[in-house]
Amino acid sequence: MATLFGSGIKRREDPRLITGTATYTDDVKLPGLLYAAVLRSSYAHAKLTSVDVARAKRAPGVVAVYTGADLKDKLNTVPCAWNVPNCDLKVPPHPVLATDKVRYAGDGIAMVVAESRAAARDALDLIDVDYAALDAVVDPEKATQKGAPQLHADVPGNVAFTWKVAGGDAAKAFAEAAVTVEQRILHNRLLPTAMEARAACASYNPGTGQLTCWVTSQNPHIHRFLLSVMTKLPEHRIRVIAPEVGGGFGSKIPGYPDEALVCFASMDLGRPVKWTEDRSENYKVTIHGRDHVEYVSLCGTKDGKITGLRTRVYAGLGGYASTAAPGIPTILHGLILSGPYTIPNIDVTVYGVYTTTTPVDAYRGAGRPEATFLLERMIDLYARKIGIDPVEVRRKNLIPKDKFPYTVATGLTYDSGNYQGALDKALSLVDYKKFRAEQAKARKEGRYLGIGVTTYCEVCGLGPSQVAGAVGFGGGLYDSALVRVYPTGVVRAYIGAKPHGQGEETTFAQIVADEFGVPVENVEVVAGDTETTPQGWGTYGSRTTAVCGSAVKVAAQRVKEKAKKIAAHLLEASEADLEWKDGKFSVKGSPDKGKSFAELALMANVAWNMPTGVEPGLEATAFFDPSNFVYPFGTHACTVEVDPETGETKILRYVAVDDCGPQINPMIVQGQVHGGVIQGIGEALQEMAVYDEDGQLLTGTMMDYAIPRASQMPNVETAHTVTPSPVNPLGVKGVGETGTIASVPTLVNAVCDALAPLGVTHIDKPLTPARVWAAIQQAKGGKR
Amino acid sequence: MIPTSFEYVRAKNLSDAFKLLGKHAKVIAGGHSLLPLLRFRLAQPDTLIDIGQLPQLKGIKKAGGGMKIGAATTYRELLESKELKALYPLIAEVTEHIGDLQVRNAGTIGGGLAHADPAADMPPVMLVLDAAFLLQSKAGKRTVSARKFFKGPFTTALKPNELLTEIQLPAPPKRTGMAYASFEQAASGYALAGAAALIAVANGMITRAELAFTGLADTPFLAPAAAKLVGTAGDELISQVAAAAVAGVEANDDIHANPVYRAHLATVAARRALTTALGRAR
Repeated sequence: MATLFGSGIKRREDPRLITGTATYTDDVKLPGLLYAAVLRSSYAHAKLTSVDVARAKRAPGVVAVYTGADLKDKLNTVPCAWNVPNCDLKVPPHPVLATDKVRYAGDGIAMVVAESRAAARDALDLIDVDYAALDAVVDPEKATQKGAPQLHADVPGNVAFTWKVAGGDAAKAFAEAAVTVEQRILHNRLLPTAMEARAACASYNPGTGQLTCWVTSQNPHIHRFLLSVMTKLPEHRIRVIAPEVGGGFGSKIPGYPDEALVCFASMDLGRPVKWTEDRSENYKVTIHGRDHVEYVSLCGTKDGKITGLRTRVYAGLGGYASTAAPGIPTILHGLILSGPYTIPNIDVTVYGVYTTTTPVDAYRGAGRPEATFLLERMIDLYARKIGIDPVEVRRKNLIPKDKFPYTVATGLTYDSGNYQGALDKALSLVDYKKFRAEQAKARKEGRYLGIGVTTYCEVCGLGPSQVAGAVGFGGGLYDSALVRVYPTGVVRAYIGAKPHGQGEETTFAQIVADEFGVPVENVEVVAGDTETTPQGWGTYGSRTTAVCGSAVKVAAQRVKEKAKKIAAHLLEASEADLEWKDGKFSVKGSPDKGKSFAELALMANVAWNMPTGVEPGLEATAFFDPSNFVYPFGTHACTVEVDPETGETKILRYVAVDDCGPQINPMIVQGQVHGGVIQGIGEALQEMAVYDEDGQLLTGTMMDYAIPRASQMPNVETAHTVTPSPVNPLGVKGVGETGTIASVPTLVNAVCDALAPLGVTHIDKPLTPARVWAAIQQAKGGKR
Repeated sequence: MIPTSFEYVRAKNLSDAFKLLGKHAKVIAGGHSLLPLLRFRLAQPDTLIDIGQLPQLKGIKKAGGGMKIGAATTYRELLESKELKALYPLIAEVTEHIGDLQVRNAGTIGGGLAHADPAADMPPVMLVLDAAFLLQSKAGKRTVSARKFFKGPFTTALKPNELLTEIQLPAPPKRTGMAYASFEQAASGYALAGAAALIAVANGMITRAELAFTGLADTPFLAPAAAKLVGTAGDELISQVAAAAVAGVEANDDIHANPVYRAHLATVAARRALTTALGRAR
């Protein structure tokens, strides 16, 4: 039988997703359902002098109105769950509704619960709030300076933490270096923009004391824990269901006040309550991504050997520390700063800074795009300064393929890699030499062509639970699967992760079907309901396949071992004499007499004739905890032409060579790369959340926040190399985030390369036509 | 994104619509301009009068040497009219780039013009074609030139009791070339700056030249500088005229483009539109 592993079968999720038959949280309808709406602060920073809800309470259809004062003793504050050690982390209280002060435009002030969504919304206009406005500060660097407005009483200078990592001796390396390049790098604040905004629907049963909460979650078990903390209800009385989730990109990892509020309202009123975000609210209150100001220096020899990297980072956290926020600019950014290179000396300081803006947390890539961007940008600046081809500089510094496992200066140990192989393949696909010749010719004609080549590696497949504990992550990072075989031989795998668009319903079925020799249609994958799935930690950090997929594999193997025992018993043979072939256990040498998986499923479940000491039933649960992270890698190359008259960038070709180990479903891998690259093109060329000085979000709707559109997108050419990881039984590495990690520097370096003849060295992303044109004008004016 | 409550009335005929018109009413056809305003509660009408289905507001017909377009004609219907495309290829060219398929299926030309977004693509086309708009009310009807219709951002010559019912296009001069060039704001698709041009030639010399901008200032406007091209062969003068047309204009400033860049884009758009129009006229 041909294996399904490696087969690009169609995603089984798609028919329901594209025909409108999927069930999302907002589709949940319950008898007696009430609707909630939250009044959001219109000021970025203000004292609340009074909140008068009397008129709203009297409005038609309104059942209840709650303020921060009403809930102060009834709900706990919103927890931060990544308490990064050794950085003096300060997490001030984040009340579910503001009590005395608001800290970003969008901070919740009151919640209305009404018989209809419209009545709830109408009543918001009847709440009278008196604000005493305070100064806002939106820039994380400025927020640390003397005289900046203070957000929290116990956080002087708004500095939530100061985190350092160092390896080697950077001071010495810089002191002795022949060449140093320096650059201030800005990571534009991004709005995750999942197609489905957030929603939560809570139903409390006063009779049983059980609470069920449907919520847009990437990690229902984490949400169960966070809701238990916020509502004070014991964890075993809370059931969290994440039904269909329409994308997350990190924005549906955190615990938010909103889901705790609907849970409380349902417990208080004894009726189910639903809240659904609209897009403007989503942009205002759902977490944002990136928002770093970085001061970066790189040093090396005149012939292209990089000897040191130093960066000082101001990472904006927004008004409060969101669930995973402290870990993003530190663990997931600082530790991976040497990328795929043998940089011996590293020195990183990260300041996490509160600003009067929407909280910032994980966004597709989370820390690693920032790290990869600054490193790749600096290498191009360095290469230009020493006059050596940037690809040659990269090649000179890549970790050799025979050095794995390789420990970098920051202490991470990379699992496996062949960086040169991916680089060679990408250069050949993009025909690097030929392009350089075309570029030279075009320059003579006054045309500006450029190329960017990024060699990257990243850390994902989060991760060993012991490491999670050591770095302060408030949970485990193993994952789980319960594989259950029904009497008729069909199978369900209940998993601890929560895919929300990535395709594991298909790929995990491929794993199980291969193991059991059954048609893939006979296997279903179930996720998202804490009542039916074993404890797991969710889908993020490109971990689902590497960690949860491995749990599926191990659980299926356990089931098969039991099936083998039963087969041996029924065939009156010893297990050692059995072989598994064509979906059957049979005695070696007599292949005609065998027991198919379906027969064994039936016999196990009816238990008429079980071997001694073997329990009835055919199912197994596995908890898989990897021994290390996985480190996917690759090379992306992009060619562009810039119109110097208008600053417009046209992408000519985009080539992505990624290595995520063996691919379960190459079509799904390709889809992940396409999606990631295009999201990265958004970050590189056009997406940026903009606040004014008063902390008002100016890109508050999709009329002003420019996510990429299909009509603007290039053909993304994908290719792969295959280097298995030794840290999991599938050999797989994550590929969900490589696109956003590799594409951003590739694009920006291509544009800067195109404009090199004009003297342009760096442009802050996003490289909108306006910014590119301004940079050209500035360069023409003689300034560099 | 829930509007305040309002009465919805589907007008049976024009006089039915006129009766309901007034300060506290809004008119809806395709809804693509109005619905966002309602959802943001920027518009809070008591009554919404739906005129999108009125047959007398639909259709494209020849009139003299020109054409008349019913105000509730959808963008898609504009694109499907071969006669319109033959006589005013510029309208088809611009319409193809308005919104997306769904917007073009539902959005109407009259709705877009009456909304008067200062960065919309169609107003400068109307200006260079020298269109006239038929405005009707209970009291009667009047015709207003497109060149006097756009008063400011989202502000027109329409009175609260009037409806824009018809767009009247005069016959284009013989041997005319038309073109539109614009630079889109990446999120909204509206023009950061756009220019429409119309050029007529006879015996190698320009006999008429029209140029209008959108997105550049607080309202679309006709640039008188284009007249300098009349009586010349065009070519070398075009760049000068494009620059002169933008010089002195108070360009819009927002997060997407500052006034310097916007004015520069307008100059480039004007040069490209004039050059293409001249090429087409020849």
